Amino acid sequence: MDILVVLEDKNGNIHRMSQEAITGAQQIGSEFNLSVGILAMGSNAAALSEQAAQYDVEEVLTLENEHLNHYTADGYGAAVAQVVTNENPKYVFFGYTYQVRDYVPRVSAKLKRPFLNDAVSYSTEGGNPVFSKQVLNAKLVTALQPNDGGPILISFQSAAFSSENIQSGSANVRTISVDIDAAVIKTVTEDPFQEEAGGVDLSSAELIVSIGRGIGKEENIPLAQELAKVIGAELASSRPVVDSGWLAPHHQIGSSGQTVAPKLYLALGISGAIQHVVGMKGSKNIVVVNKDPDAPLFELADYGVVGDVLEIIPKLTEALK
Amino acid sequence: MKICVLVKQVPGSEAQFSVSPDGSWIQETGLPFEMNESDNYALEEALQIREQMGDSEVVIVSLGPDRCQKVIREALAKGADRAIHIKEDSPYETDPYSIATALANTIKDEKFELVLSGLQSDDLGFGQTGVILGEILGMTTATLVVETEIQDGKIKVKRELESGWFQWQTMDLPASLAIQSGLNQPRYPSLKGIMGAKKKEIKESSFAEMCDIDGLQAFNGLSVQRAEKQTEMIEGTVDQVVNKLVDVFKNEIRIN
Ligand SMILES: Cc1cc2nc3c(=O)[nH]c(=O)nc-3n(C[C@H](O)[C@H](O)[C@H](O)COP(=O)(O)OP(=O)(O)OC[C@H]3O[C@@H](n4cnc5c(N)ncnc54)[C@H](O)[C@@H]3O)c2cc1C
Ligand SMILES: Nc1ncnc2c1ncn2[C@@H]1O[C@H](COP(=O)(O)O)[C@@H](O)[C@H]1O
Repeated sequence: MDILVVLEDKNGNIHRMSQEAITGAQQIGSEFNLSVGILAMGSNAAALSEQAAQYDVEEVLTLENEHLNHYTADGYGAAVAQVVTNENPKYVFFGYTYQVRDYVPRVSAKLKRPFLNDAVSYSTEGGNPVFSKQVLNAKLVTALQPNDGGPILISFQSAAFSSENIQSGSANVRTISVDIDAAVIKTVTEDPFQEEAGGVDLSSAELIVSIGRGIGKEENIPLAQELAKVIGAELASSRPVVDSGWLAPHHQIGSSGQTVAPKLYLALGISGAIQHVVGMKGSKNIVVVNKDPDAPLFELADYGVVGDVLEIIPKLTEALK
Repeated sequence: MKICVLVKQVPGSEAQFSVSPDGSWIQETGLPFEMNESDNYALEEALQIREQMGDSEVVIVSLGPDRCQKVIREALAKGADRAIHIKEDSPYETDPYSIATALANTIKDEKFELVLSGLQSDDLGFGQTGVILGEILGMTTATLVVETEIQDGKIKVKRELESGWFQWQTMDLPASLAIQSGLNQPRYPSLKGIMGAKKKEIKESSFAEMCDIDGLQAFNGLSVQRAEKQTEMIEGTVDQVVNKLVDVFKNEIRIN
């Protein structure tokens, strides 16, 4: 096959980001006349293959191996490098999940082939797809030019493709194997666990006042708390506010925090990094206040104000009382 | 324990960018540069491990143009023991494999037991350099590290998984760990630290000397993001903006 999509297991189901990658592979495959295959591996490989075989792709590869039953970067890195070497596709697609961050750079180093991470879109140049990535705090976009000479590893940012457009079909399933020396696995992993939430579930909140690093310092947090109280909203934040210890972790919105979809998401001093955006882009009305007119979050905003949150918050609280 | 910390200098999060006339990179003059955010946390973790273990050394390695001296000095002022500056005069290097190769060639004889890097650089955002470096040097690797414990010749790390899940993993040393922000509270340099940093060693080498391979990928021009959604911008004095916001909240969004 020309494009190999590597699946990620989410408790026996195909990870949503892998489904987006399959959608991308189908679209790019039909546009550039490239055939698509899917790799399912690990302890749930059989279940994942069965699901993957119901998509419109050429074939599904199933890989089971005792060293892949628990995820380790050692094992997954070695396995994917071998499969890519054996199958020699033009492209290897991944969703940009946390697991892909963890082991795919090792595949890149083993194969000495480029890993173009976090692609957001593609265009056509000389009959081939050219992939773009955001750089410089998501304010600029660049096309990346991988060198020739073998497979190109690409991971896609969340929502680069919509999995609603995935095409059904039926694919052949082929069982493959890899050779992994036990000595390669130098890591022992324990079972995943969830930290005590200990706070409010923001996913059902109607109104959210969310603060970012632009709030400036811990002493300014009460300004936002008061605004939230006056309109009966929950208080939330971006990661740096939690990292700095200004708010407890359960306030964090984003890929490592909560996902919310309130009627109003009032973002105060938040720049709009993708890891934040994935947690709030479903909000019905997004209002953004930021002193930087180029802040990427303005692109998602229904209403935007270029201004200083420290000036605006107190006056807004007063006016809403 | 010998610990290496990779520190990159990047434009601050409030930097306003304009593309250089030839479209290849940004205009750097006047930009605020600072230590990459997650690298600052990696440095603090290294300093804390040194404090716990005693008899340890923390070495900073930074690759980039002369301006990087500023973050190197800052890291030394916070307490790192010495530094290596790999000079690269073109303002940016776009391929994490080449960067990691130069870093690996620079440190391979140092026999570090631990290499700490940031999870990703805020300018290029590859999220790869520390992992590739580990693979090149035959180290175990872990990313999204939010806690570390050294235990008889091994390291146990807590890794962040998606949506609030975590996982512990125990790894052989030497290890290369990509550190996630928030796992500690980075210190500020003391006056004594700043004075002391002036006497600390900064060894220099060059990227050309340290990177013996061709890059795997290159940038092909920069462009500005396009907006996805029609945003209604509210303009005016602070009072006018506030009045309009109240109106939007009450009459458009109907927050009651
Ligand atoms: C794997 C991974 C997971 C992550 N998970 C999350 C996550 O779950 N949630 C999350 O939020 N982030 C997450 N991040 C971090 C994310 O990439 C960004 O660094 C973070 O979202 C930035 O937060 P911010 O917008 O508050 O800060 P910054 O990006 O620093 O932006 C601050 C903004 O405030 C503005 N500002 C400053 N002062 C003022 C003022 N006085 N008035 C108005 N505006 C002002 C600035 O112009 C700037 O736009 C993650 C990163 C990684 C790599
Ligand atoms: N030029 C560099 N000099 C020093 N460290 C770097 C450099 N580039 C990347 N790193 C390190 O690798 C991490 C990940 O960078 P990146 O792979 O570019 O996202 C950064 O947070 C740094 O710790």
